[in-house]
Amino acid sequence: MSQVQDYPSRISDPKSRKAETFSYLPKMTDDQIKKQVEYIISKGWNPAIEHTEPENAFSYYWYMWKLPMFGETDASAVLAEVNNCIKANPNNHVRLIGYDNFAQSQGANMLIKRGDM
Amino acid sequence: MAKTYNAGVKEYRETYWMPDYEPKDSDFLACFKVVPQEGVSREECAAAVAAESSTGTWTTVWTDLLTDLDYYKGRAYRIEDVPGDDSAYYAFIAYPIDLFEEGSIVSVMTSLVGNVFGFKALRSIRLEDIRFPLAYVMTCGGPPHGIQVERDKMDKYGRPMLGCTIKPKLGLSAKNYGRAVYECLRGGLDFTKDDENVTSQPFMRWRDRFLFCQEAIEKAQVETGERKGHYLNVTAGTPEEMYERAEFAKEIGTPIIMHDFLTGGLTANTGLANYCRKNGLLLHIHRAMHGVIDRNPMHGIHFRVLAKVLRLSGGDHLHSGTVVGKLEGDREATLGWIDIMRDSFIPENRARGIMFDQDFGAMPGVIPVASGGIHVWHMPALVTIFGDDSVLQFGGGTLGHPWGNAAGAAANRVALEACVQARNEGIEVEKNGKEVLTNAAKHSPELKIAMETWKEIKFEFDTVDKLDVAHK
Repeated sequence: MSQVQDYPSRISDPKSRKAETFSYLPKMTDDQIKKQVEYIISKGWNPAIEHTEPENAFSYYWYMWKLPMFGETDASAVLAEVNNCIKANPNNHVRLIGYDNFAQSQGANMLIKRGDM
Repeated sequence: MAKTYNAGVKEYRETYWMPDYEPKDSDFLACFKVVPQEGVSREECAAAVAAESSTGTWTTVWTDLLTDLDYYKGRAYRIEDVPGDDSAYYAFIAYPIDLFEEGSIVSVMTSLVGNVFGFKALRSIRLEDIRFPLAYVMTCGGPPHGIQVERDKMDKYGRPMLGCTIKPKLGLSAKNYGRAVYECLRGGLDFTKDDENVTSQPFMRWRDRFLFCQEAIEKAQVETGERKGHYLNVTAGTPEEMYERAEFAKEIGTPIIMHDFLTGGLTANTGLANYCRKNGLLLHIHRAMHGVIDRNPMHGIHFRVLAKVLRLSGGDHLHSGTVVGKLEGDREATLGWIDIMRDSFIPENRARGIMFDQDFGAMPGVIPVASGGIHVWHMPALVTIFGDDSVLQFGGGTLGHPWGNAAGAAANRVALEACVQARNEGIEVEKNGKEVLTNAAKHSPELKIAMETWKEIKFEFDTVDKLDVAHK
């Protein structure tokens, strides 16, 4: 039994909270985030950014950062907005969304920055 | 001009073989793979199938003349060779839409796979595909919610969802069972599932199970901050009992329930789907008994037909096979029926065994569920085959982790997210699976141990039900 490891998740520890897609992966580098933006653009989806205080992350609706970037095909323009959002909300979770207007759904929705907890 | 009545047996082909018939958009079309008894011609046999699955009986009756049988009859309109099999051929039959009751998939199946399957002139017969006319599709309720609504309700996007069937199948007490559910969900799975055998046995009554599982869901949600569900099986011996269980599931606020659509029956399933739509419950569909019906390539009903039938009857999830796990399923054929579950329009594609264009219009899609003998090493292939709109279910592959269910769940979740991230970056994950998983395991001791545990387990048996491919 000594080799068996405990699974260290606790209600008392806010760091145990996850936030859906990619919240089980290590923090992405800028280059990795850029590739995800390029994926969203290559699918023809509309990039969007949302953020929230970590303690309110369970809510369906996070704060929209400005408006979805309809028709934006320049990955660096999207990344610049990601950084603007983080700068304005340094303690918040931030997620990147790809709105698929044909499926009337979100083709992508991923956590790209964890807030402080 | 009025016809005269002549008693006696008539050759079917005189009435039901119509090679010049142009099927209408509103017709039902069916393709049967038929092996006739010796000495029966192809045309006579195809005509007999058309007759026996529509208006015909073995002899002429005087009441035939009180209606316009030429309008109501099924029409055998085409015969084709079966690639790779000289003994069989495909018979294509068209049926006018008003042979079938609106919104009753039961009525359709009673005709199309009724008496004709016991017909003596045939050695064997298999229903390969049905084209349901859009006009009929619109009379069916379909999935209670569909893929997009499920994603919105569960708040999960851009990746397949993860599940696990709780084991052992039978014998756990409700509280111990709920423990296994809680451990899976806190570790990172989205769903857990009642095994299909679990209904309401003496060792675990349904009401106790529902309450303990709901507690497990709620605690895991608070702990992880993510939305969770457990497919509570409401399949029961009577419809009344089934609805009682569904009602209780709704009252305790659980998000998803489960039904076995073949053993439970299509009438029960359609009713339950309507109940789920009215009451905001997602509906997971298991397919026990399908192997009896669909596995023999010469006789029975192909699974692609059962998938269409379920989509029309109603269900938000349906088991589809895994291609790579322990259960039967050819890759191209599977790709065919998962399109049938999810897409609005599925074109004819003989390379995948799809015999007709099928238009589902705006009917919501069903999420395919890949379950059975899969583990982390299969993740790259599963993500590639099934794409995002799927549920990947690791039973043994979660519960069998040396550190327990939560670690097993975390291992699967990390492996899944790593594969999705790599795929989005343009990496061919099926080809580079080992590298993707090995890199991910650097940050996840749970994944590392899982990869060591299941390294050598493979299920490489040839499929029994293969697509019909030319042999000459």
